[in-house]
Amino acid sequence: MTTATKMATDPGLKIGKEKLLRLYQQMVAIRLFEERVNDLYTRALMPGLAHLYIGEEAIAVGVCEALRPDDYITSTHRGHGHCLAKGATPDLMFAELLGKEAGYCKGKGGSMHIADPTTGNLGANAIVCGSAGIATGAAYASKYLKNGRVAVCFFGEGALGQGILYEEMNLAQLWKLPVIFVCENNSYNEYTHFKEATAGDVAARPEAFGIATHTIDGQDVRLVHQTASHYIERARRGEGPAFLQCLTYRYHGHHVGDIARAYYRPKTEEQEWVTQKDPITLHGQWLMDNGMADRAALDAIQEKLVTEMDAAVEFAVNASYPDPSRVTEDIYA
Amino acid sequence: MPEAATATATPARDATKEIGFGDAVREAIAEEMRRDPTVVLLGEDVAEAGTTFKVLKGLVEEFGPSRIIDTPISEVGFTGLGVGAAMTGMRPIVDIMFGDFLMLVMDQIGNQAAKIHYMSGGKWNVPIVIRATMGATRRSAAQHSQSLHAWPSHIPGLKVVVPSTPHDAKGLFKAAVRDNNPVVFFEDKISYTKVKGLVPTEEYVIPLGVADVKRQGTDITFVATSSMVQVALGAAAMLEEVGISAEVVDPRTTWPLDEETLINSVKKTSRCIVMDEGYGRYSVAAELASVVQEGAFYDLDGPVRRLCAMHVPIPFSPSLEDATVPTERQAFDLARQMCNR
Repeated sequence: MTTATKMATDPGLKIGKEKLLRLYQQMVAIRLFEERVNDLYTRALMPGLAHLYIGEEAIAVGVCEALRPDDYITSTHRGHGHCLAKGATPDLMFAELLGKEAGYCKGKGGSMHIADPTTGNLGANAIVCGSAGIATGAAYASKYLKNGRVAVCFFGEGALGQGILYEEMNLAQLWKLPVIFVCENNSYNEYTHFKEATAGDVAARPEAFGIATHTIDGQDVRLVHQTASHYIERARRGEGPAFLQCLTYRYHGHHVGDIARAYYRPKTEEQEWVTQKDPITLHGQWLMDNGMADRAALDAIQEKLVTEMDAAVEFAVNASYPDPSRVTEDIYA
Repeated sequence: MPEAATATATPARDATKEIGFGDAVREAIAEEMRRDPTVVLLGEDVAEAGTTFKVLKGLVEEFGPSRIIDTPISEVGFTGLGVGAAMTGMRPIVDIMFGDFLMLVMDQIGNQAAKIHYMSGGKWNVPIVIRATMGATRRSAAQHSQSLHAWPSHIPGLKVVVPSTPHDAKGLFKAAVRDNNPVVFFEDKISYTKVKGLVPTEEYVIPLGVADVKRQGTDITFVATSSMVQVALGAAAMLEEVGISAEVVDPRTTWPLDEETLINSVKKTSRCIVMDEGYGRYSVAAELASVVQEGAFYDLDGPVRRLCAMHVPIPFSPSLEDATVPTERQAFDLARQMCNR
């Protein structure tokens, strides 16, 4: 890997230095955010469920850094990374996760439903594949209104079992809609290996609709970013949807409480991904190998983010819960 | 079902033309599409075919295929697409050919459209209209004949319209398109061919959540929805001949619900029969009866009664199917029994 990346032809070098550092910073931000979620949850400060994105950061960051602020995303139950990558601020995110009035959704949505019009976030969705229609519809509206926006639908490989995905891919390709289906294949549908749940070849499914399809290493943030940029701009030009299968790994369990995992996946497999394929470590090393940053510069990025994240947690912990009288607000517009 | 009903007790206002129930819906859609370029209509065979009921004939000629959009047979797909489009600047009307197919689409309606405004703390709106049909006696059997308006009525975040006349259908449809919430609009299939009525030639909009007294009376109240309004009016005419004065109140929307008009009517008459073509168990009729019971208990002479579809899958054979839907005769007999006359 290192020798290859040192070659002058490394396509990652086509990305500007500022963006390359930004990719690193955004991945670290998500990692630090999720580590604090884990901490808040295990200290019983966070109600509900916490599905951590740790290990998959390169996908949200690589894709969202290729989007305009007014482009749309839809997200999943494992959605904190997508929301942050699209521009959400950690303080309002933490506040929502803790059920506080100051949160993005006034405490009414929680971890699985962060939504924010100001960053084009149409919402995280707790129904697996529940947002495929929403993303495709946003792409339909963009085309009809001619506003040049692209919609990205993030989903895990578990969503491959849901029929709506195929209905939306059919509509998207029929009508050449600017939607990018980003399949984060972390190999596990909850506690079941995806090969026990998925017949045939994943890529053959979108290909059957004639959709431009690409399977890539989801741990390589530069590759994700460059591939996503290509298909996003293609969609923006009116050339139709794309399907990106990003191969990745979920370092933690399905949710924070999923600790005893040996019955569905071996510890050696987990260790291999964590030590050999960590997207932050790999990109950090690449930045140093290519003279974009030294260790001190990367450490400085992290230290600044640690301060920011700790302040965001403090804000959220000290924020107020919504008054019970608010329960009947926002049912109807 | 009654013979062709040609008029209702709705005040005619400046009515100058008589149109059919389907015409009313088509006129409402056309007027709203002329007014607002973000209104589009999606569904199966809605363009040149004008739907299987021919209700939308002519719209694609005026608005073109970019606004009257034929979809694949993918109810989930195009309803979900409609939800996303509604969030991002459009006002889509989604056409569910048979209301029975709502069962296919319930995640998009109940988990997505209904909850997005609330879950986002009021930040995203979903101004979508989901058109669906309801009603039996077309010999269409168990998967094309149900009246499932209770399903969306159960979910907070949705509004549900069950019009009974062309006048109401047109005015309420226009309100549904302009509403910033998801609205499920049920059209009784039999009404397309059997119900005509007067509508104003001037533009009008009927707000959602306002009941209408279709006939004044003093002895008993029929609270009736959709297809059952015509049945109740027929029964009321029969009752008049035996000296019983029946009032017919049409809620027009199951949510928002104009509880006050229902309760005030029953406080006046002291007797109430709720008529609804949905199933009776855990139903719209059960809710309406409960509202009346709670609001008018001390003025009631006896329990509120219900006349609903029989609790069976709708059968095919005419002799069987006709037995499942409440009739004027059943309403007449029950009202006489309750009035002891």
